[in-house]
Amino acid sequence: MARIIVVTSGKGGVGKTTSSAAIGLGLALKGHKVVLIDFDIGLRNLDLIMGCERRVVYDFVNVINGEATLNQALIKDKRVSSLSILPASQTRDKDALNKENVGKVLEELGKTYDYIICDSPAGIEAGAMMALYYADEAIVTTNPEVSSVRDSDRILGMLASRSRRAEQGLEPIKEHLLLTRYSPKRVEEGEMLSVEDVKDILSIPLLGVIPESQAVLKASNAGEPVILDTESDAGKAYQDVVDRLLGDTVEFRFLTAEKKGIFSRMFGG
Amino acid sequence: MALLDYFLRKKEKQVTTASKAKERLQIIVAHERNNRNKQPDYLPQLTEDILVVLRKYIHVSDESFSINLDNKDGDLNVLELNIELHDEPTSTD
Ligand SMILES: Nc1ncnc2c1ncn2[C@@H]1O[C@H](COP(=O)(O)OP(=O)(O)OP(=O)(O)O)[C@@H](O)[C@H]1O
Ligand SMILES: [Mg+2]
Repeated sequence: MARIIVVTSGKGGVGKTTSSAAIGLGLALKGHKVVLIDFDIGLRNLDLIMGCERRVVYDFVNVINGEATLNQALIKDKRVSSLSILPASQTRDKDALNKENVGKVLEELGKTYDYIICDSPAGIEAGAMMALYYADEAIVTTNPEVSSVRDSDRILGMLASRSRRAEQGLEPIKEHLLLTRYSPKRVEEGEMLSVEDVKDILSIPLLGVIPESQAVLKASNAGEPVILDTESDAGKAYQDVVDRLLGDTVEFRFLTAEKKGIFSRMFGG
Repeated sequence: MALLDYFLRKKEKQVTTASKAKERLQIIVAHERNNRNKQPDYLPQLTEDILVVLRKYIHVSDESFSINLDNKDGDLNVLELNIELHDEPTSTD
């Protein structure tokens, strides 16, 4: 049985696509069969972050409309053969997706893949609802910032009431907190909510903490998910997330600021 | 500037904006959760019933229909129905 995991947040721009790409690639590198689905109909970004934008021929909506088969639309990752991407359409009608046709696509994918990662659009409307509806697990991506935390809580409400699991009275969606763009220095200075603060408020288990990192922009510039940058702190933090998803107990890293010398502290940097 | 910041920051430490943020979040999140959980037991059945009636007359997909019972600060409860109408003709069978 495939694990269907939605990467969701409510608030936009918090790092869902970055996280979907890194986690999807990380799971595939561990030998699992993974498909990444871009649910952000109309925007389409995952292909860019994955570096396969020039290979998009057909998309999710083409498959839904029967204009292409799944195999025609799926793009095989050039780095890891066990990873595929199902791109979002760029221009089409957002309402193309509904529970029934999305369910069919997921069922079909579930026959082949071990992990189905759904990159959700922002918001709490129909698009985000579609992305989370069939999920078994949710990675609630949150920035340590008031509006993001509040929106994450709303998404938790939706997971608990609007998902298939909720509607059918099944075991609830397994929720994971992924705190991204974390800046230990600012936390220590009292300017940013800490991991503990966010955990206290949302009260769901912590899956990972990804530090604010320049490596993320570099990675997106290159179309190479940041988990491939094994030297970077963000890359390492995503690797830990993958290991935890696979059941390992991994200690949390990058939670405290690097201690700088007095010299660089006084003269900036 | 950096030198000045360094000394100023030491002083400001006591007034942390993060703790203020946490406090505000705890209040608003508790409030919103409370509202969410207040949905009465009859709401799912009411939703089903309303849909059955609506579908006698118009085409309504699950996605174009939403129902919400909101508690607007205090004793005012608002039952909100949202039905998106598409102009396809009705299919009455
Ligand atoms: N850990 C990080 N450090 C620095 N920048 C980051 C980090 N994570 C994400 N970003 C940046 O934040 C921006 C938004 O990231 P991303 O596109 O992944 O968010 P999203 O939640 O998918 O957005 P949307 O809601 O629009 O789909 C990007 O510019 C990305 O480079
Ligand atoms: Mg995105």
